[in-house]
Amino acid sequence: MVDSSQIRNYLNEVSDPEIPVLSVLDLGVIQQIYLDSDQWVIELTPTYSGCPAMQQIESDILLKLNEKGINNARIKHILSPAWTTDWISKEGRKKLLLYGIAPPVDEVDKKTLFADGPRVSCPKCTSENTRMVSLFGSTACKAHYQCRECLEPFDYFKCLK
Amino acid sequence: MNEAALYEYVLRMSDDSLILGQRLGEWCGHGPILEEDIAMTNIALDLVGQAISLYDFAVLLEGKDRDHDQLAYLRYENEYKNLLLVEQPNGDFAMTMLRQFFFDAFRLPLFEFLEKSPVEQLAAIAQKSLKETRYHLKHSSEWVIRLGDGTEESHRRAQAAVDHLWRYTHELFYENQHDVELQENGLVPKLSDVQASWMITVQEVLKEATLAIPTNNWKFEGGREGRHSEHMGYILSELQYMQRAYPNMEW
Repeated sequence: MVDSSQIRNYLNEVSDPEIPVLSVLDLGVIQQIYLDSDQWVIELTPTYSGCPAMQQIESDILLKLNEKGINNARIKHILSPAWTTDWISKEGRKKLLLYGIAPPVDEVDKKTLFADGPRVSCPKCTSENTRMVSLFGSTACKAHYQCRECLEPFDYFKCLK
Repeated sequence: MNEAALYEYVLRMSDDSLILGQRLGEWCGHGPILEEDIAMTNIALDLVGQAISLYDFAVLLEGKDRDHDQLAYLRYENEYKNLLLVEQPNGDFAMTMLRQFFFDAFRLPLFEFLEKSPVEQLAAIAQKSLKETRYHLKHSSEWVIRLGDGTEESHRRAQAAVDHLWRYTHELFYENQHDVELQENGLVPKLSDVQASWMITVQEVLKEATLAIPTNNWKFEGGREGRHSEHMGYILSELQYMQRAYPNMEW
């Protein structure tokens, strides 16, 4: 009989389909895992309401558990507290950087409509002399940046709080 | 808790999100620049995602064993309760951005208040959507300012959009007996509070954008009661096509 920590370990092998270097645990979307009568419940917090990767992640989780012989699992959505990029693990941040995506940095008061954008370092040359090209990027969680020093265009994982 | 009133309240919000998401999706592949093509479709995705969460809650309140797809795809035009504002055609980029700005500036305070609602599920959806909406408003406000305070041509188009869309903004604050009931029970915010906040944002951004607020208070309403403009049928025929052609199909 498996226990919840073992299931959690299995989830290390499930990655974000759009950022394959991150596991769902690195991403911080997995909350409690527990047995409800005879069913395993995996609590999952969506990143963005419309992120198309979430459905894929759900079926990947169930598929992985199935592969490990666990056929009695289901996903439960948790909307509150809402997911924040603070939940991305330290390890996850390192992986993002190595993959060429600038990890989220703390931004000035997000409640101010026209607060200055964050100072994002280039994942290639580490220069802070970068510019935001667009608030939106290749996926819901990213913005598009460019380095002014080495000219590298790169994705920035937006800070969401 | 008055479930019928709450059902209508949630349904309206879902319909607003869905129809505006559908409209923004029409820009896919047609954006003026690649970055904006991506931005508008990203915002559309957020809106459709919010609509799914809201429809899921609506079907629980309705208790008729329908699912979110049935609400989204299998109702007739007069059963949709979205604002006339969100169904208006995309027009040029200025028209799309102004429509978005008026909507975002309304949704932000609405979600800020709803985050504190005692209706747990609604508060949770608001908490989630609030973060996204804040970002949407930043995006649309920046464009309104850039266009309004830009070239002569962009200013002219932005002002034309304000003048055209203003008549649809009054409906943002439509309320009927159900709303009053929900407000009195403290389940949803007073619309007058949302309106005050909306007005502050609109005045601040339009001023920065050198755009004038129309003095003409001529208004169009009806969406909230299921009476739509001539554009709605065309939106639905596209939106519902797959479900009508292949009943019960799943993605």
